[in-house]
Amino acid sequence: MKQFEFPEISRILTPILARHGGDASRLLQVLLEVQDVCHFIPSEAIDLIAAHFGVPRVNVEGVVGFYSFLSTRPVGEYRLLFSGNITDQMLGKDELMQYLCNKLWVEPGKVSEDGLVSIGSTSCTGMCDQGPAALINGWPLTKLDHNRLDLIAELIRSRKPVADWPAMLFEVVDNIHRGDVLLGQPFEPGAAIRATLARGAKETLVEVDKSNLRGRGGAGFKTASKWSLCHAAIAEEDGGVICDVGGHPERFIVCNADEGEPGTFKDRVLLNSYADLVFEGMTVGARVVGASKGFLYLRGEYRYLLQQLEAVLKRRREAGLLGETILGQADFSFDIEIHLGAGAYICGEESALIESLEGKRGRPRNRPPFPVTSGYKGRPTVVDNVETFACAAKIAEKGAAWFAAIGTAQSTGTKLISVSGDVARPGIYEYPFGVTVSQILDDCGAEGRPYAVQVSGPSGTTISWKEFDRKIAFEDLPTAGALMVFRRKRDLFQVAQNFADFFAHESCGFCTPCRVGTELQKKIMSKIASGYGTASDLEELKRLGHILKTMSHCGLGSSAANPVLDILEKFPDMVESKLKAFAFKPAFDLDGALATARTITGRDDDWAHL
Amino acid sequence: MSEQSDRSPHPIPLPQAGEGEAVSPAGDALKKIRIATCSLAGCFGCHMSFLDIDERLFGLIELVEFDRSPLTDIKRCGPCDVGIVEGGVCNAENVHVLKEFRKNCKVLVAIGACAINGGVPAMRNNIDLWDCFQEVYCYEGGLECGQIPNDPELPLPFDKVHPISEVVKVDYFLPGCPPSGDAIWKFLTDLLNGREPKLDYEQLHFD
Repeated sequence: MKQFEFPEISRILTPILARHGGDASRLLQVLLEVQDVCHFIPSEAIDLIAAHFGVPRVNVEGVVGFYSFLSTRPVGEYRLLFSGNITDQMLGKDELMQYLCNKLWVEPGKVSEDGLVSIGSTSCTGMCDQGPAALINGWPLTKLDHNRLDLIAELIRSRKPVADWPAMLFEVVDNIHRGDVLLGQPFEPGAAIRATLARGAKETLVEVDKSNLRGRGGAGFKTASKWSLCHAAIAEEDGGVICDVGGHPERFIVCNADEGEPGTFKDRVLLNSYADLVFEGMTVGARVVGASKGFLYLRGEYRYLLQQLEAVLKRRREAGLLGETILGQADFSFDIEIHLGAGAYICGEESALIESLEGKRGRPRNRPPFPVTSGYKGRPTVVDNVETFACAAKIAEKGAAWFAAIGTAQSTGTKLISVSGDVARPGIYEYPFGVTVSQILDDCGAEGRPYAVQVSGPSGTTISWKEFDRKIAFEDLPTAGALMVFRRKRDLFQVAQNFADFFAHESCGFCTPCRVGTELQKKIMSKIASGYGTASDLEELKRLGHILKTMSHCGLGSSAANPVLDILEKFPDMVESKLKAFAFKPAFDLDGALATARTITGRDDDWAHL
Repeated sequence: MSEQSDRSPHPIPLPQAGEGEAVSPAGDALKKIRIATCSLAGCFGCHMSFLDIDERLFGLIELVEFDRSPLTDIKRCGPCDVGIVEGGVCNAENVHVLKEFRKNCKVLVAIGACAINGGVPAMRNNIDLWDCFQEVYCYEGGLECGQIPNDPELPLPFDKVHPISEVVKVDYFLPGCPPSGDAIWKFLTDLLNGREPKLDYEQLHFD
């Protein structure tokens, strides 16, 4: 392993720090670059960074410790993280990971002795339609199989830089199988802004209101209400209004592209092929609420999109669609900056996202105040989903009546559904709201007899084959867009266990019910899976679920028990078949837990056994 | 199903009394409640805290008698009403003691952080057992320099320290490190009077 001595760290850091300037909100971005160069954050670097931003050392350490893509200990020069979602698992992720580990002589979760490679798991990387997937030094690898892993092992052994690896390993396809108004119709960049300027900001807000557009991140809050609350809010400091450079009250538009919900990958496709539509929606939003600055919070897993997104922003600036005096309008300036996340699901929660934008740990804030009145740096801030902005652009261009005619009464427009799991054609399907689950299953070629469907990821709902007539809509099944299909004979307990592990890993640790509760839930699930489960464990899971739901600080904790409670309620036989006894059983193999000590002491007497 | 559900929820028939006060037995006819206590991988701090109920011990002793306990020095537990276990499970001997308690006690109580979660002894759970032994016995300055003790009389340690609820069914958990004398008194009087034990917030928080 390459050691980093002090003068060298200083030499590495100086240009990075100079490029990012002195605003502490850049902290996370700086750390990501240091991690890239050094493969960890050296202790000396933490001192230098803390001094540069004028913050205590513990603040920097706190941020490093929070995000899973940052580390204080060296990871391999080649860091390969397998996507751990259940869809990857069903495609053989565990076996493939072990295969690669054996080939490269490294244990999962550890660094090889020469420091060359480390192999581990990470939460869903958003490639469920082309898994099993992994990240190599942050770049996505798709459709992994033994052949590809042989090639990858060879490339790593020959120390070939990742940039020179064959492009086919990194190929990410959109897999759009059904397009409607967002994906299926052409969009001319600038059309929505022109329509907004012609109509006027107030009238555009009225249009968005009439269209009844609701947030696409899953919660379904009415977008126009959010925008008008933000427009009405003013941040004050020392009795004066906080203004932006143009002298207007400062407000922010934030696009939430932290698509962390396992099984969801629609934003990946929107940002890859429809970025103009998204940025245009943000610009329309900026005009309506009076913001001059916007952020796209891009999840670390989608870092490969960064360069092309920057190129789109540049093109839009050159076309007069971003920057000063947009389309010649003297009082309209707006620009967008892209912030990278670093592997934290919780940052999809809007207030945690804002904390992360400010360069801090992604810890959800107390609400109220809501971001619309006190968001980024205490200023009024709109945080909307990628798809919401895309819809907003379409509404600005084509009007409310056109949009409201699609979908159902309470859920207007279309919804992008990311389909994965046991289907012939995984990918993106755009449907008007109100579509039934069985319709989607027919269209995507659900294999054999589909048995259960996870709607909206682990935090959503598990539905059984009896409920396939239910509709995707806020009135019935609200969704952020994920739809994972499980055929008959799939072990649904394993699915719920995967989700329980996910929540335990992603809990931010701030509140006790969630930090401890998710860990206990994971432990009990693993106890049942390894054959030590009893009936009292099921009661304990229900009790725990109630505590998680009612006592947690934010949505992560309150939804963390959903998959477990759903399977207990809808597929009790799946769980009960795992139970070995109804009476009490110890949670682990008592005699087996003495084996190490027997080896160390060389004992084999009666008292050395249980 | 759970072992407890086979019994009535209030296994100890006693005259009712107000919260926080012990009841005088109605004559000698009333059988005393038999209690056993032990400390596994703990520090005896919970036992010390139990002694902090001070003069209330006199009232208590009218109602209860002790079986196996550090207070009596009885070595084996016989049939009891209540078993109180301090400390987690760190070795094979702990399992034998714990199972003996579970077998003999109608109600089993985990007292203190170590019994409930593993507590301080469980801090070794992140350290490999080999490393633990080498650090203690093999490195210079360690005990018994160079030799790892292997006498069958010594309890054999587990890879990790476990909460007692992972080894036997536990009926009640009395949290704290240690629980205060008042909390222990409240818990015991509730139990002795046939009430579902309940601690107020003030007796549960430690900040």
